[in-house]
Amino acid sequence: MAHTTSESAVQAATGSQPPELVRHGSAKGGWFRRTGFSHLVGILALAFSIFPILFVVSASLNPVGTLSSSTLLPREVSLANYQTLFDGSFPRWFLNSLIIASLAAGISMLISACAAYSFSRFRFRGRRTGLMSLLLVQMFPQFLAIVAIYLIFAEITELWPAVGFNTSAGLILLYLGGALGVNTWLMKGFFDTIPKDLDESAKMDGATHFQVFSGIILPLVAPILAITGLLGFIGAINEFLIAIIFLREDESKTAAVGLYGLIADPLTKNANFGEFSAGAVILAVPTVALFMYLQRYIVGGLTAGAVKG
Amino acid sequence: MAGSTTSPPGRKTPRFGLGADGTSSPLMLMVKIVGLSLVAAVAVWAALPLIRTDNWWGLAILVGVTALAFYVYLSPRTVPMKYLLPGTLFLIAFQVVPVVYTVSTAFTNFGDGHRGTKEQAITAIEGASVKQVPDSEIYTLTLATDGDAATGDIVFLLGEPSTGDSYVGTADGLEPLEEGSFEAATPGGKITAADDYTVLTVEEVNARQDDITAFSVPTDDGAIKSQGLSAAFEGAPQQSYDEECDCVTDATTGNVWVADDEEGSFVSEDGSQRNLAQGWKVNVGFDNFTRIFTDDTIRDSLLRIVAWNFAFAILTVVITFALGLLVAIALNNPLMRGRTLYRSFIILPYAMPAVAMYLVWREMFNQDFGLVNRILGTDINWFGTTPSSMFAILLIQLWLGYNYMFLVITGALQSIPSDLVEAAGVDGAKPFYAFRTITFPLLLVALAPLLITSFAFNFNNFAAIFLTSRGGPFPPDNPDAGGTDILITYTYRIAFGGSGADYGFAAAVSVLIFLIVATVSIVSFRRTQVLEEIN
Repeated sequence: MAHTTSESAVQAATGSQPPELVRHGSAKGGWFRRTGFSHLVGILALAFSIFPILFVVSASLNPVGTLSSSTLLPREVSLANYQTLFDGSFPRWFLNSLIIASLAAGISMLISACAAYSFSRFRFRGRRTGLMSLLLVQMFPQFLAIVAIYLIFAEITELWPAVGFNTSAGLILLYLGGALGVNTWLMKGFFDTIPKDLDESAKMDGATHFQVFSGIILPLVAPILAITGLLGFIGAINEFLIAIIFLREDESKTAAVGLYGLIADPLTKNANFGEFSAGAVILAVPTVALFMYLQRYIVGGLTAGAVKG
Repeated sequence: MAGSTTSPPGRKTPRFGLGADGTSSPLMLMVKIVGLSLVAAVAVWAALPLIRTDNWWGLAILVGVTALAFYVYLSPRTVPMKYLLPGTLFLIAFQVVPVVYTVSTAFTNFGDGHRGTKEQAITAIEGASVKQVPDSEIYTLTLATDGDAATGDIVFLLGEPSTGDSYVGTADGLEPLEEGSFEAATPGGKITAADDYTVLTVEEVNARQDDITAFSVPTDDGAIKSQGLSAAFEGAPQQSYDEECDCVTDATTGNVWVADDEEGSFVSEDGSQRNLAQGWKVNVGFDNFTRIFTDDTIRDSLLRIVAWNFAFAILTVVITFALGLLVAIALNNPLMRGRTLYRSFIILPYAMPAVAMYLVWREMFNQDFGLVNRILGTDINWFGTTPSSMFAILLIQLWLGYNYMFLVITGALQSIPSDLVEAAGVDGAKPFYAFRTITFPLLLVALAPLLITSFAFNFNNFAAIFLTSRGGPFPPDNPDAGGTDILITYTYRIAFGGSGADYGFAAAVSVLIFLIVATVSIVSFRRTQVLEEIN
């Protein structure tokens, strides 16, 4: 409606009095031109974004708990699926996921912040080579090295069972191998934007390099720390390919591995779908919460890294 | 400025020691002492098993790494390394070493039937051909391991009913069990527990079925093999190795297989028999790579897979970018109300656990029960034909990816100076023209590195294929290469798939993937001159 009136108004106007009324975005341009188009696109995008999520939530509340009876909007609401889920191994899996993801994300955030500080603030032999190698190593699809990783960890399990297969500690160590590659470039770009004068003046006052790092730089790069922490957390909670080979015992599984197991068998997946959906919803809670909490950093952080390369 | 960062001016160059880099406060000294003590403690803890198992190479590496850590944190000259060491050590141990190992595997025939050394292959062949000697002893068998149930070496706990003796059989031979170190139902009967060994449960036995079948205990007359789960017999090998002719001879049929050190197999002397299933690992040079390009079946399916792999990665980037751009521009309207609300919901898929959502989408496309078919009132087998499968995969990719693009484009849009666009407007440029000539090129420049990274990531997006179509549908004539397989899922199937593992060949394809991704990324990074800016 608004669209047609505004267009015909413009056409009529251009017909009779051309110079005056070709004003884009003016009050006379009409509601659609000003914000209607934005709302239309916004609503369509919103619908596209949330309908699968709506479906999972609805399936998780479906008392029958099968795929074939799940609908987009719940017809009946019951917490039966959550009940079944929590009576099983899920609490243990969920706890494993939280421990592994927060430790792996936190430690790799620190490791890559240290490395980024080094690459951004010091000039040393092998610096350029180091940065380039980081970029190259990343391009090797890591899980194709999984046979090698498996053989290495088979050896480690023999020698040090505390960090071997079926342990959270071992999986965290393995994830830390990727700490440098993923985030150092993003962080270095951000570190480079902080004026070196700050470091220099602190050094004049007798600060050591570590005091400069922890007292001046780290507080200033809080947004990028939040980003890498969040991305690391989401990445680790989602990691599945290595985890499924690494964690075989039911007790040691992460939620992603455990949930995959619920609907892996084609014969039982229809029946288990409600339970699976309940697990997916619960697994989403920590990431979505973190995401909402850190949202203000995210846009700035991602693009700062992007623009600076 | 460069190079002068280690010590403040006017101070003497510090010597080696705890306060070497200017650390002077008691707290920081304490932190350093505690940190280095922890390193030492971990090193000692890690050294004990290495010493116990006579692993001197491992011990040497451990001592070297520990010494390096102490040197780096006590020396005044290694300030950059102080910050790089932890990450670098992890990187080398868990990324570089596996990658190097994989690359070296690409030049071998490592895989099912070619795992160990020639000696191990001979032992296995002789062990597998054991047939029961007439009138030989039947033992009662208990299956166990010398350590963890899932990974320890298999051992046989054996009871000899005629004499009442009990033995433990390992790959090294048969040894009597000491009185009192085990529990058995009757003398020489089934053993229920033994010190130092883990008795396997039925499930654990099932999990290690292959290991158990391949296992035998060497004895003077031949070997002891299992017969079912609770009995074992002593028998003599039918096929035996002769060092003189470097060949294996079958005592019953008289067939002879000669060792071929090029191929890592025992090859039938007169060509009448197939190669023995058990071979050994040898270096095959570039054979795996030549096979990729010369084997007809592999080459044809590989061309198709590479084409779809590129299409998949490029299309994913293009459609997510296009939709993200559209939504970002629409919502980047200062007059619009409720923008934060829209934004929060639109980016929600980005925060959802991707593994779970891939599986949810797969079930939404389910032919019989899926939501998509029910809403559309259709009965389409979405993952049953290649085009519909590709469509479904790309739609899922769009859903999972456009939110991220929307986020970064919104950020980039806000960082483009608005006076540029306004100036164009003053000069009479229409909004779309201004967008096409000013905003869009600036956006592309700002986001080029992200788009390249996104391409590189999606080129190897294993989960997107494996969790949805699994690479299918599969043509009936080639069950190894499906219609929506990308290189990495194809490789995964070769390495771990049902038709026998071929790690050597899989590693060769991995190297190929690496070369493709690295080339594309480096060329495009160079074109956007990101690498030139390293300063």
